[in-house]
Amino acid sequence: MDTQSDARPVLEGPDIARVLTRIAHEIVERAKGADDVVLLGIPTRGVFLARRLAAKLEQITERKVPVGSLDITMYRDDLRMHPPRALARTEIPGDGIDGRLVVLVDDVLFSGRTIRAALDALNDIGRPRAVQLAVLVDRGHRELPIRADYVGKNLPTSLRETVKVQLAEEDGRDTVLLGAKPATQGAQP
Amino acid sequence: MQRHLISAADLTRDDAVLILDTAEEMARVADRPIKKLPTLRGRTVVNLFFEDSTRTRISFEAAEKRLSADVINFTAKGSSVSKGESLKDTAQTLEAMGVDAVVIRHGASGAPYRLATSGWIDAAVINAGDGTHQHPTQALLDAFTMRRRLVGRDAGLGRDLDGRRITIVGDVLHSRVARSNVDLLHTLGAEVTLVAPPTLLPVGVETWPCEVSYDLDSTLTKSDAVMMLRVQRERMNAAFFPTEREYSRRYGLDGDRMARMPEHAIVMHPGPMVRGMEITAEVADSDRCTVVEQVTNGVSIRMAVLYLLLGGNEPAVTHARTTEEK
Repeated sequence: MDTQSDARPVLEGPDIARVLTRIAHEIVERAKGADDVVLLGIPTRGVFLARRLAAKLEQITERKVPVGSLDITMYRDDLRMHPPRALARTEIPGDGIDGRLVVLVDDVLFSGRTIRAALDALNDIGRPRAVQLAVLVDRGHRELPIRADYVGKNLPTSLRETVKVQLAEEDGRDTVLLGAKPATQGAQP
Repeated sequence: MQRHLISAADLTRDDAVLILDTAEEMARVADRPIKKLPTLRGRTVVNLFFEDSTRTRISFEAAEKRLSADVINFTAKGSSVSKGESLKDTAQTLEAMGVDAVVIRHGASGAPYRLATSGWIDAAVINAGDGTHQHPTQALLDAFTMRRRLVGRDAGLGRDLDGRRITIVGDVLHSRVARSNVDLLHTLGAEVTLVAPPTLLPVGVETWPCEVSYDLDSTLTKSDAVMMLRVQRERMNAAFFPTEREYSRRYGLDGDRMARMPEHAIVMHPGPMVRGMEITAEVADSDRCTVVEQVTNGVSIRMAVLYLLLGGNEPAVTHARTTEEK
């Protein structure tokens, strides 16, 4: 965080709550009631967002919405460019994903490579009826033909900027920070 | 920085916990319909076995295949080794074929170290048991089994075995499993006691980071896990104890002895078991005995080790034992 001391917030706690409520309503609308929806968050912060979305969906539909997590580390296309990363938890809800509408949830959509890896990982777990993508922030700069179905906020950025999502569960507060990239680092998804 | 796994003593506490945590996630792959990950696609791993082994070789092979590595199996029997080829020439042949990792089991203590440090090959070397020296993946899978049973599957994540009392019983002299376990369990904060007849304890055992006892019964009552070792007849060239019957009466685990262990305590065995010698069928078949579980966990641990050594551009396991051990 030292390098991002000049970062400015673009979304604050109440904004994030409103955005998630809107996305939840959009999911119900597009999925015509959301009875076969399974939410899968991508660790770390996607999982917290997925749980919050599930809570909101349950309020709207008054039905339990299965929520889980999908770790994509082993499916990354840049595995050989870094030391191996510690793995996160993959937790698929009991009824599986076969024939369901899977909504992947992540915090920031950037190059699209994480989502590609997630699609590969899903392939090894089951065959959903359809896969959709919900993200809190879409910052552009796609490197693959991937788009989000539900976007919290479109945030046009330059490659010299960083977008950092902080959530209460992990960081103690809800905010999205836009900052300048430290000069030494290369582009990272 | 090293990128080999030669000895359990090379692992720091953080390395060991990282391997155990990674194995916990790898274990979940076994519950999926497609038990395969693409992580080591295009990497070639050779299983170089100069000594007989069933479970270790199959376990490594299963782990390598689940991570999508290309696997080449090499057993000394029926290979050019039986024609007199040296380890160096075998290694250079493998190097010429372009392998990324060598899993080696050898009857001579130090063979994996020689292979890793000689400059003969560029590949990562994983020790799958050398002579009476080390068997690090066995120690890791034992520690993994203990952490799951004694601390808990999810509760154990990120934790070590601080304060757990582990008793290792039997043929310590010939056992690389005992050596590796003493090193690793000590690193993880456990208190290890070795129990064996004096003839089956190695010279210098008093310098190991563990207690030594000749009396099984007094140790059993304060153990969280009891690990029985096989009496390795194939490595014995002298009389180490009078009769088998006397050995199993003093150092074998039967139902009566097991009943005196604390209720939560588990019985472990690295296999293969000799029923009636160090362990009775009653104990081996009880649900406190984790032998089968250890085999399952072995695949997860070996997947974790392979991933952490080969999965990236450099190994995640540091081997630089710079921090003071606990």
